[in-house]
Amino acid sequence: MKFSYFPGCTLKNKAKSLDIYARRSAEKLGVTLEEIENWQCCGGVFTTAKDEVATKLSSVRILKDAQKKQQALVTVCSACHNVVKQTNYAMQNDKEFAGKVNRYMSEDEYNGETQIYHYLELLRDVIGYDKIKESVVNPIGKKVAAYYGCLLLRPNAVMRMDDPENPTIIEDLIKALGGEAVIYGYRNECCGGYVRMESPELAGKKSQTVIESAKKAGAEVIVTACPLCKYNLEKSGCDIPVVYLTELLAEALGVKEDTNE
Amino acid sequence: MSNSKKYLQEEIIRTSGVNPKKCMRCGKCSATCPAYDEMEYHPHQFVYMVESGNIEPLLESDSLYRCLTCFACVDRCPRSVEPAKLVEAVRLAAIRKQGNNRMTANDVPELIDDETPQQLIVSAFRKYTK
Repeated sequence: MKFSYFPGCTLKNKAKSLDIYARRSAEKLGVTLEEIENWQCCGGVFTTAKDEVATKLSSVRILKDAQKKQQALVTVCSACHNVVKQTNYAMQNDKEFAGKVNRYMSEDEYNGETQIYHYLELLRDVIGYDKIKESVVNPIGKKVAAYYGCLLLRPNAVMRMDDPENPTIIEDLIKALGGEAVIYGYRNECCGGYVRMESPELAGKKSQTVIESAKKAGAEVIVTACPLCKYNLEKSGCDIPVVYLTELLAEALGVKEDTNE
Repeated sequence: MSNSKKYLQEEIIRTSGVNPKKCMRCGKCSATCPAYDEMEYHPHQFVYMVESGNIEPLLESDSLYRCLTCFACVDRCPRSVEPAKLVEAVRLAAIRKQGNNRMTANDVPELIDDETPQQLIVSAFRKYTK
């Protein structure tokens, strides 16, 4: 099975492990991720204003490239996923916006036809957690706290990944990998996000609340799909490891160390 | 309401796609807002200040840059008012004015370290700069 793949800017730089372990684990599970050529950064956050067009064109180009290859698109980074998915939703549902984009792009019309999977959805809905469970060689054996943050789940009308208030998609993966999933109150609350840039105090407070909540529930490790969540938690005095969920997956599947690379 | 106030109100309603009249004043948006303590004007105030055309104080307020765009208020509003989209539209009206960028490229080196993900820098630019 082949899918178009959009890693995004951070996965080529500060979050290389999120990317590398995603590809390696997918290969192990029989899925090839074909990187979109010449992609551009999604911009990190989706601008909800209806008259913002230029800021959304890079996402439309990525979606159109996947469509040309007649492939569904896979994302891993929570931010990329949120931006690309919200842009695609606008292309489907906001005719005025889609019209402006299509007139600008001077190619075949695009109206949001590409199907988008977050890597977690690829694992759950395409590969299946049962198959993943059978492929585990190193069961995790730890108490793992899934940290969703905000970008994976909201706005739910667009993201449609899971129940936004009581998600299970990461917990079910943790269980399939032989870990114990820890449920805690702040798993779907914001880490402080981009505000870290201007107000590290505010971002720090938000992240500390998440960390305390996870630790109180007995977490030994926190998993995330978002480089900014990871950074914010680590900069806010987190004294348990914060790892990308693809790293946890690669470890369990026995492909974390690859002698070919 | 003066013509300039009316025009600004129409612009915010048009670009946000939000109808503030749907609000039933339950306050759930502000109750769930993770940045509530840091805001001068809270999400529910954005809704009724836009509804009444009293937008100038919002344009001047740091509250615009405290909204984390976490969409908690959007998902938890029982009337689908989507307050975060109003905050976004007012913020854009503020930074689209010439000379009103909140951050420039020259500010960045002092604000980052060796681990700063690119995602943080590009997101901040989306929020602070036009």
